[in-house]
Amino acid sequence: MLDDFMIRATLAGVGVACAAAPLGCFVVWRRMAYFGDATAHAAILGVALSLALQMSIFAGAMAVALVMALAVTHLAGRGYAMDTLLGVLAHSALAFGLVAVSFLSGIRIDLMAYLFGDILAVSRLDLMVIWGGAALVVALIVWRWSALLTSTLSEELAYASGLDPRREQLILTVSLAITVAVAIKVVGVLLIAAMLIIPAAAARGLARTPEAMAVIAAMIGAFAAIAGLRAAYLFDTPAGPSIVCVAAIVFAALNLIGWRSQRRA
Amino acid sequence: MSLINVKNLSVAYGANTVLHNVDLHLQPGEIVTIVGPNGSGKTSLLRAIIGATKPASGEITLKRGLKIGYVPQRLHIDQTLPITVERFMRLTDPVSQANCQAALETAGVPDLLKRQMSLLSGGQFQRVLLARALINGPDVLLLDEATQGLDQPGSAAFYRQIEAVRRDTGCAILMISHELHVVMSASDRVICLNGHVCCEGAPAVVASAPEYRALFGTGTGGALALYRHDHDHDHDHAHHHEAAE
Repeated sequence: MLDDFMIRATLAGVGVACAAAPLGCFVVWRRMAYFGDATAHAAILGVALSLALQMSIFAGAMAVALVMALAVTHLAGRGYAMDTLLGVLAHSALAFGLVAVSFLSGIRIDLMAYLFGDILAVSRLDLMVIWGGAALVVALIVWRWSALLTSTLSEELAYASGLDPRREQLILTVSLAITVAVAIKVVGVLLIAAMLIIPAAAARGLARTPEAMAVIAAMIGAFAAIAGLRAAYLFDTPAGPSIVCVAAIVFAALNLIGWRSQRRA
Repeated sequence: MSLINVKNLSVAYGANTVLHNVDLHLQPGEIVTIVGPNGSGKTSLLRAIIGATKPASGEITLKRGLKIGYVPQRLHIDQTLPITVERFMRLTDPVSQANCQAALETAGVPDLLKRQMSLLSGGQFQRVLLARALINGPDVLLLDEATQGLDQPGSAAFYRQIEAVRRDTGCAILMISHELHVVMSASDRVICLNGHVCCEGAPAVVASAPEYRALFGTGTGGALALYRHDHDHDHDHAHHHEAAE
């Protein structure tokens, strides 16, 4: 069954969606959307480094994403506004990454594959890495769920309950780096933030509790992956962007329905 | 034995020392209020007690197994985060629906269990925060300007609720407040803070203390004086202090 590239691609897409959706909820709740973007952009530098050093792309992308995320967390609140800091670091990392790739002579690199993903080329090994990473992220979030939620609502409340919000922030940062690394193959660095944010945002109107929002977001993400790949196959469109398009259409449709039912009420 | 024992506490942010040699003891069942101008270190003191800020020197001893209920100053729940009152009440402790309901009743808002937090009024929201703090039967409640954003009748009602909570549950209460007139009538003890403890004691004693008057003025103008008091006032006793800005 795994011999079929479409099935491998679908499984890869669903795996990334399952990790990205609950993490995306926290990204949305904590207003870290741009933070996710920055971490993802930095990953292209990781791709270039791993190609130069002939090591695993996954490890390189994750290492640089992690360094980036930790640097931003560390530097935040030291004189620059968060969005300025992210703008400087993210785009610098992207630019350095693109320049670094151009130095790599002898290796033919299809840059597009890393910018927009190459989900149809997912191998069995990739699939294992993607599902392993996704499972790790989901396990981390489930394990720390109530601590993460408390820290998100109020830092003081977390301290008073004996939690350390900085530790929870670190767990989110690490999860983000892992998700970015496994999602490169699926949607590429430029569209990872979309997989984090769009399903979570689409789920908002349907949920009454944070848990429900995370589960619904995962379902919307998985649906977008399946339907997007199907559409890409039928209309011969690029796979990663097609997945994001489906997610965006779901977001728009749910909002339209919500808006109409609100007007009737 | 006291529930909270703060000895010689100093807190600094970088080179800026906001608290100098502060002593504070809280006995079971007591209502103690901390008053002081903006930047006097009130919130830093409370943050140090819950462990959110590391002291530069001094010690904070909590009674073994002390259960703290904390009501934050302001809690912003992002519009994108759906959460019902019931779910919010269970944030850190797994509690039964009956316990949630009982805590909401103690806090004076019995009908809110299924409501969305983002749709509550300011007064309802603060009472839900109070209910959440009460849910695991705390030995002490810490309130950091819990009535900010409430109008005067609203905050008066809130403080009456606090007194009722103390009467019914016997828990001690340590709170920060800007509302001197309410505070003075509701507290057993008042601590007047301005980087250091200016004066403390029964409300009547503190209200007539020269240090307190230097900070807040006299009579009904007191509440207003809060916002235009003199930061570099001096006391007779030899405290060295740099006013925190």
